[in-house]
Amino acid sequence: MREKILAYLEKHARIDLHDLAILLDADEAVVANTIADMEKENIICGYHTLINWDMTSEEKVTALIEVKVTPQRGMGFDAIAERIYNYPEVHAVYLMSGAFDFAVILEGKSMRAVAQFVSERLGPMESVLSTATHFVLKKYKDHGTVLVRKTKDERILVTP
Amino acid sequence: MRNMLSRKVTDIEPSGIRKFFDIVSEMPDAISLGVGEPDFDTPWHIREEGIYSLEKGRTFYTSNSGLMELRQEICNYLQRRVGVSYNAAKETLVTVGGSEAIDIALRALLEPGEEVLIPQPSYVSYLPCTVLADGVPVVIELQEKNQFRLTREELLDAITPKTKVLVLPFPNNPTGAVMEKADLEAIADVIIEKDLFVLSDEIYSELSYHGDHCSIASLPGMKERTLLINGFSKSYAMTGWRLGYAAGPDWLIEQMTKIHQYAIMCAPTNSQYAAVEALRNGDEEVAEMREAYNQRRRYLLKRFEEMGMPCFEPHGAFYCFPNIQRFGMSSDEFATRLLKEEKVAVVPGTAFGDCGEGFLRISYAYSLDSLKEALNRMERFVKRLDEAKNASAGAVDVEISGKEMDAGKADAGKAEA
Repeated sequence: MREKILAYLEKHARIDLHDLAILLDADEAVVANTIADMEKENIICGYHTLINWDMTSEEKVTALIEVKVTPQRGMGFDAIAERIYNYPEVHAVYLMSGAFDFAVILEGKSMRAVAQFVSERLGPMESVLSTATHFVLKKYKDHGTVLVRKTKDERILVTP
Repeated sequence: MRNMLSRKVTDIEPSGIRKFFDIVSEMPDAISLGVGEPDFDTPWHIREEGIYSLEKGRTFYTSNSGLMELRQEICNYLQRRVGVSYNAAKETLVTVGGSEAIDIALRALLEPGEEVLIPQPSYVSYLPCTVLADGVPVVIELQEKNQFRLTREELLDAITPKTKVLVLPFPNNPTGAVMEKADLEAIADVIIEKDLFVLSDEIYSELSYHGDHCSIASLPGMKERTLLINGFSKSYAMTGWRLGYAAGPDWLIEQMTKIHQYAIMCAPTNSQYAAVEALRNGDEEVAEMREAYNQRRRYLLKRFEEMGMPCFEPHGAFYCFPNIQRFGMSSDEFATRLLKEEKVAVVPGTAFGDCGEGFLRISYAYSLDSLKEALNRMERFVKRLDEAKNASAGAVDVEISGKEMDAGKADAGKAEA
């Protein structure tokens, strides 16, 4: 049941509980309780809106920053990650395998704001060895959703 | 110029759906629940295989029967999903959609005057294809009380010495009915005893919501008297690729291949390459689409129940077939008014045979949001019909009591006199 609810909510967070219960062939109260439990257990961590900011007048810049660090004794990667992810402009932080350690996704109001963050906040951190900043030029798909495609039903209206 | 046309063709009625399509296409803002094809795009890895085949220059004919690679995959699939084994080289034929297989099978099977049993409501092409093949269509009207399954008694009643072929269209378009194993077993011995041949159109086989699909070809003694027709349109959302297949006895496939060879040459090459990919790596997407359809099916049934529209529970395809008899209107009238008043297009049940009267075909190959909006409109429409009915019933009551009052007055007058 949990997996079924999650699979549906992941794409349609705003669905009415009553409708969701019908779709999953379950009791509405059971669905509501299961969701509440998963919220408490931090399995469901939030309900966000997927926005294509490029279509608005709001200026936003997204950057992907590769960060190499030296984990320190007694501190490990987690503590360094925490120092990075606590900044509100940091959108996501992942620990990576391969050539660098953290992938940091940053959202700033301008390139200058991003540059400032890297040079004044991230770069000077004691454990940070180096950074490489890549700016996002265009978002095609985000969170499993294609942002650039127009969705139009091209089927003939009535067919046998 | 003298009449150049064939009587056989001019006598055939155009599809009943056509008329409705003409009305709907003049209403650009109508929501349609009238589409008989999936709303999903063909899964990307399948499309990419089609593109890749073009890039590699595979733009030539394949062998008449289809790519051997594809026919082998079809056999693997049929073994895996319905438990029947076929010989790829002798017992399969790749066709231009399931429709072509229906047409050429009937042409290969029928002698003039031989009868074909066609359970209705069902897909629109069995009847005209029978006529074009000089056969005589004999309609079996399926009953809602039997959940639109074909029963042993109905079959026995329809058989005459001229009966040769039984069309078995399950899971069914437009009713969504399925024949489960027990239902098929109940008719199989009749088919064997009366020496009939079955054209089993299983194009919706992957869209079964109540346990796995059962093919009549898998029953003892039935493989040799069944042509199994299936394709990629519904299960893999590949309608526009026009690709289907037939699997059956070598003596029939051989003759069908001749017709196919002269009329068609071969099915589209790049569709065939895409289909190989679909059969090899498409099971997961098929399961996902089936789950999505099943969710919508439940949603529709619940909404029909809430608006007081009786509908038997369909176990297959992507259609509901609600009963509208209580509104005292023909299917055509109901559908036309629903379209004009609420701009929702559905298909009258009569498009699939006269016995579809009193029913509507409603497709749920749409997003939940579209379904919700369409059903809200439909609910409004049904509510208005019910209110009008109640109001007129009330008016009749008043009229009667008025008459009674007059009669009372008259009596009173008489008494006074």
